Amino acid sequence: MRRVVILLLTAAFALGSAGVALAQGTLRIGMTASDIPYTGGQTDNGFEGFRFVGYQIYEPLIAWDLSRGDRLAPLVPGLAESWEVRKDAPTKWVFKLRKGVTFHDGSPFNADAVVFSYESIKKKDAPHFDSYGSGQVSFRLASLTGITKIDDYTVEFETNKPTSFVPYQVCYMVIVSPTQWQKFKDWRKFAEQPSGTGPFRVTKFVPRERLELEANKKYWDAKRRPKVDKLVLLPMPEPTTRLAALRSGQVDWIEVPPPDSIPQLKGAGFQITMNSYPHNWTHTLRLDKEPWNNKLVRKAANYAIDRVGICKNLLNDTCIPATGIVYKGHPWFGKPKETYEYNPSKAKELLKQAGFDASKHPAKAVHLISTSGSGQMLPLAMNELIQKNLKDVGIDVDLQPVEWNTLLTRWRAGFHTPDNEGLNAWNISWNFLEPWSGFGRFFHSKAVVPVAVNTMPYINPEADKLIEEAERTFDVGKQNETLAKLHEIIVDDAPWIFVVHDQNPRAMSAKVKGFVQPQSWFADLTSVTVR
Amino acid sequence: MWAYVGRRLLLAIPTLLGASIIVFAMVHLAPGDPIAAVMPAESSQAEIEATKRAYGFDKPLPVQYLVWLGRVAQGDLGKSIATRRAVILDVRDALANSLVLALSSSLLAFVLGIALGLLAAFWQGRWVDKASSALAVIGVSVPHYWAGIILIIIFSVQLNWLPAMGAADDPGILPYLRHITLPTVALALIPLGVITRVVRSAALDVLNQEFVLALRAKGLVSRRVFTHVVKNSAPQILTVLGLQFGFQLGGSVLVEAVFSWPGTGYLLNLAIFQRDIPVLQGVILVLSTFFVLLNLAVDLLQTVVDPRIARH
Repeated sequence: MRRVVILLLTAAFALGSAGVALAQGTLRIGMTASDIPYTGGQTDNGFEGFRFVGYQIYEPLIAWDLSRGDRLAPLVPGLAESWEVRKDAPTKWVFKLRKGVTFHDGSPFNADAVVFSYESIKKKDAPHFDSYGSGQVSFRLASLTGITKIDDYTVEFETNKPTSFVPYQVCYMVIVSPTQWQKFKDWRKFAEQPSGTGPFRVTKFVPRERLELEANKKYWDAKRRPKVDKLVLLPMPEPTTRLAALRSGQVDWIEVPPPDSIPQLKGAGFQITMNSYPHNWTHTLRLDKEPWNNKLVRKAANYAIDRVGICKNLLNDTCIPATGIVYKGHPWFGKPKETYEYNPSKAKELLKQAGFDASKHPAKAVHLISTSGSGQMLPLAMNELIQKNLKDVGIDVDLQPVEWNTLLTRWRAGFHTPDNEGLNAWNISWNFLEPWSGFGRFFHSKAVVPVAVNTMPYINPEADKLIEEAERTFDVGKQNETLAKLHEIIVDDAPWIFVVHDQNPRAMSAKVKGFVQPQSWFADLTSVTVR
Repeated sequence: MWAYVGRRLLLAIPTLLGASIIVFAMVHLAPGDPIAAVMPAESSQAEIEATKRAYGFDKPLPVQYLVWLGRVAQGDLGKSIATRRAVILDVRDALANSLVLALSSSLLAFVLGIALGLLAAFWQGRWVDKASSALAVIGVSVPHYWAGIILIIIFSVQLNWLPAMGAADDPGILPYLRHITLPTVALALIPLGVITRVVRSAALDVLNQEFVLALRAKGLVSRRVFTHVVKNSAPQILTVLGLQFGFQLGGSVLVEAVFSWPGTGYLLNLAIFQRDIPVLQGVILVLSTFFVLLNLAVDLLQTVVDPRIARH
């Protein structure tokens, strides 16, 4: 009887002390994704997938230095120790690989692994071609056309033309273990027991629920061996669910807390981190169909949006208004003619000039939006406000919400599929970490789907010329000048509705220490401790 | 008796076939060509045609339906577009979680609801009756997803007693119970209200019949009268219990979404936003089959409790 009483008391105690009985040093993160990002290497779910899965389990040849918050995150050697373009052949890049690195399964990292990973993305007839992973990342590697193994620790990439963008593409290709893949010869099974060289390795995979990882104790860079023992990733697309999970102690860290909860969170002792980063939240318009084929209508839409209201009142200062692709002060901003402020009467005037009229010829559009997702902030609330802003000046927008990864899949296919034919825009947030992501993939006439993701399509010979010029330029200062000119043209053409730049708010419990919020979409989790 | 059982079984077949036809037709209700949705953007027309042939999409619809039905009968529900896992695996895991939640919340609602309903009937007009009626009204009228959010605010956010979301992260019965408690309470509210009211009125009906008067006149103690009342109102109560259990299984979409409980409702919700038609089909097919079988089981159970039903 006494034993029963003791047992019951223990049970009652355990039931009462929520979340206390956890192992030391476990970091639990509530993500905005509605599913676990693809763990088979070339991940999905946008950059949140790279942040928590792609760049934690795996590594690219060229990596991001995420250790500081006071500058834009630069590229640094990752699995490659050095790289350079060949003087005698400007379309060939030689990469010297790091020695002594092993995959989680114990097999060595070498040139074969790099060739294998590249072929899994680019070589359609290879037995190890990963059609799903390739779909996620191939548009980010558009200039790369081939790879050759020189010796065990040297590879040579080939490009379609001389281009300075190569490092900006190679950084998105992560290296997977060929040895582990050979065990299954199937990417889906590989994804359930993946093997990379990254600081964390997968221990448990429950589809749609959770991904558990442990610290890779043999990680090659001793300075970056994780301080936590365990990392747990939980998909939580609902902002209120994330908030409740953080406040109840179920997770230690959440992405994008509901902005109106930030004061209470601070008051209750939670930490809020924010930093600017190369992010823009836009509606990417379809330019080959009414109403967005008319530049005046596009400008009208840009003048109709109350950006300050969105940032101040709706999002509690977790963003800044966007009047272009990049923000003011960025080396690529330049001096655009148009500064899109909230000016509904000007918007109405422009719409009238374009020949639209509420009764005879109303401007109507269907926009595909997401319910949650990487960099999407609070898409439902923000889009309702934008819908109202546009309605106020006479543009009727029908919003169609879908799950984030579904939106990405449909976007990559372009507007000309049966599913997408009826659409006029997508609401997706973009990065401009480097010139290819910021401009090349969207605004060059040769970057149309399926080569890259110029879905609009934006066709402008002048833009083509400037992009090509930037691509040929290896001098960063000169490249910046060229891109600033390009930016001026694009802002004036208004192929997107520019809305805001996110400040990347995250909330953490007081136990989380040592995290530096970089000016980047990605995050270094190795410095974090949880006590 | 056995003829009745046979007849009921035969009647279940067309219902199930009807459900399967609707589920099958879902693919063709979605805009666009289902093949185009799964093919890479750069596929040629020849590749698309080849895929169509490979998957049998070139055959007439009735043939496609029969082929599909044949595969379903073997447990093959296709592959999820979002995760590329076999749908049957996803549905199986989700169904197990939903069943547990449906069972726990039904149990809570049945026990409490029957007790409250009977108490209310026996003490009609007294405070027990009024209190249980008030509870019943609250149960049926408060939206359960809202109640779920309130429960989270009180027990997770403010008191920090119970987790706010998800199924158990650690093995063992205790973490499991901690995770299932709040969704169980939230999901039990509606059936609790319904059952309390139905039990009360069923018991009152019986109480007002002459045989109860006769029993009392015979000098039976009220405990014995109670047994007779319960037995006589059982068929009506059973019907409601069965239906409610079915609703619990299919109607938990919102509660599962609020608590991120990884059941069929959560899966259904996710699949809708992912436009994941195979998963939608799988979940709906399995749930509707469950519903039909459950109704059948209740009907058969009723004839055991009350043999008069089989004679009608």
